[in-house]
Amino acid sequence: MSNASASAALHSVPPISLRRRVTDHVMTGVAILTVVVVLAPLVAIFTYLVYRGASSINWAFLTQTPKPVGEEGGGMANAIVGSVFILGIASMIGVPFGVGAGIYLAEFGRNRFGSAIRFTADVLNGVPSIVIGIVAYAIVVLYQKHFSALAGGVALAIMMVPTISRTTEEMLLLVPQALREAAYGLGVPRWRTTLSITLRTATSGVITGIMLAFARVAGETAPLLFTAFGNQYWNLRTDQPTAALPLQIFVYAISPYDEWHRQAWAGALVLIILIVTAVAAVRYAVRRGTFGAA
Amino acid sequence: MPGPQPVAQTKVTAVPAVPAPLLHFSDGAMPDRVFKFAMTACGLGVLGVLALIIYELMRGSALSWHAFGFKFFAASDWDPVNEQFGALPFIYGTLVSSLLALIIAVPLSVGVAVFTTEMCPKALRGPLSFFVELLAAIPSVIYGLWAIFVLVPIMSQYIQPFLQKTLGWTHMFDGPPFGYSMLAAGVILAIMIIPIVSSIAREVLMVVPQHQREAVLALGATRWEMIRIGVLRNARAGIVGGIILGLGRALGETMAVTMVIGNRPEISKSLFAPGYTMASVLANEFSEATGDTYLSALIEIGLALFFVTIIVNALAQLLVWTVTRGQPARGNV
Repeated sequence: MSNASASAALHSVPPISLRRRVTDHVMTGVAILTVVVVLAPLVAIFTYLVYRGASSINWAFLTQTPKPVGEEGGGMANAIVGSVFILGIASMIGVPFGVGAGIYLAEFGRNRFGSAIRFTADVLNGVPSIVIGIVAYAIVVLYQKHFSALAGGVALAIMMVPTISRTTEEMLLLVPQALREAAYGLGVPRWRTTLSITLRTATSGVITGIMLAFARVAGETAPLLFTAFGNQYWNLRTDQPTAALPLQIFVYAISPYDEWHRQAWAGALVLIILIVTAVAAVRYAVRRGTFGAA
Repeated sequence: MPGPQPVAQTKVTAVPAVPAPLLHFSDGAMPDRVFKFAMTACGLGVLGVLALIIYELMRGSALSWHAFGFKFFAASDWDPVNEQFGALPFIYGTLVSSLLALIIAVPLSVGVAVFTTEMCPKALRGPLSFFVELLAAIPSVIYGLWAIFVLVPIMSQYIQPFLQKTLGWTHMFDGPPFGYSMLAAGVILAIMIIPIVSSIAREVLMVVPQHQREAVLALGATRWEMIRIGVLRNARAGIVGGIILGLGRALGETMAVTMVIGNRPEISKSLFAPGYTMASVLANEFSEATGDTYLSALIEIGLALFFVTIIVNALAQLLVWTVTRGQPARGNV
């Protein structure tokens, strides 16, 4: 009896009105449409990059320096090497600094002072890259009286630090406390515990953070405009203007010459490939344990 | 038996009183202190870098500040030859291009976030977010390159004539459709900030408790009603935080904007007219600035840009923190 009335009550629930059902379908359609609209430029950019870039890359592009305006041929070899050079300087400054700050935050910075540094790192992450370029100009270029590779490296290093320090901190905090205590129990001093136990256990995570920062600055153009400045020739001196791949792409893209446009696309493809291979290679090496990851 | 033994043998058999420890370390506190000092120095360095940025920008812009005062931000003449500088056209350009970007990017980003968290099959979720975040990994200069050769021609041939025909009466779309315009800058900025806004929106939607959804569904709601009432309403603060973070990124974005905005320091009501932003005037003129006042005026623009982005970012962090309980907002990857 009671069963029957319950099912009757269930059946008496009014059906969902047509208007509500239509709205539901329309909104689902709208959501799918947004995904298509967002993915379209991604597909377009990659297709263009591969299509225009691959048809423009040749041996000369990878081995020669730029030819004067109007002449066919030439390449961006000096810019490719220059980019690697500047990124090397940036990593040499930014990685130890960032990892050190991360270690401080994880091991000594569980207090108000640490929170201040944490907040500052997050704020630094949002500073426009062009403003960092101004600062590098003020502290390096004005001092050296030259646009230089070092100034470019310093600008990129400043941009790497916040990302590296925050990811390093997070990775170190994931290492179980028991591991540290075990090391202390064996009489290992704190510094040695941090470096050989904690940091070593977290190696793969820390390196992932470093690569994230590296990939982010590798394509940066704005902070190099008035620090590394660009150069038509080879340069491997820290106190001289240096060519960089993103700078060269920018200059060629806004130029009026078809030949330079072609090379800009080739440069863009090379830049993307450089970033992806650098990240992939390091991640592969970490997974293989070459860096002593646990 | 025990007799005087040769001296040399005594040395060889000498055994220390305490058994050798398994690990050898100097047990002084000195290395620990040095280590802590070095790490603290790195931590302090982060504070130092921010202080250095503020100090250098202040010092560099002092000359311009003394010459123009507050008028600098209200005047609209930019005349390096006669050393008259006003930053208003750049402030206007930065604000308008960023707002335009938000108007385009916000609905799209929220749509993508809603689709990935609430609608799409589980198997599609991972790849979809991966592809959207791939957009964030493309360097700014490559966006600019693509915009020059693909977006700008499309704008001038199809989109601008279409807008002029349908919305010409608003006078927001006056003038010849050259392509290089405030509108093009807004569109490319929108494409660039979509990954940030949508990834934060997604994170925020995912922390909405499952009970909320179930409760609304149990009341007989359709899926869309469930999303609107149970999910979006709860995630409002976090989504706004993501939007503001996207705004912070758009305000400081340099290369792609510089390549398509047309670079003319004028305030025009039409979105088809070329404009100029704070970041792009720095990119174009800083290395060629002759004269101390000129350089100082540019640095003052940098200082203003710095403060605006810092305030915007701090606000965004705060809003996202209130929703995700202290996790840093992950937009700047």
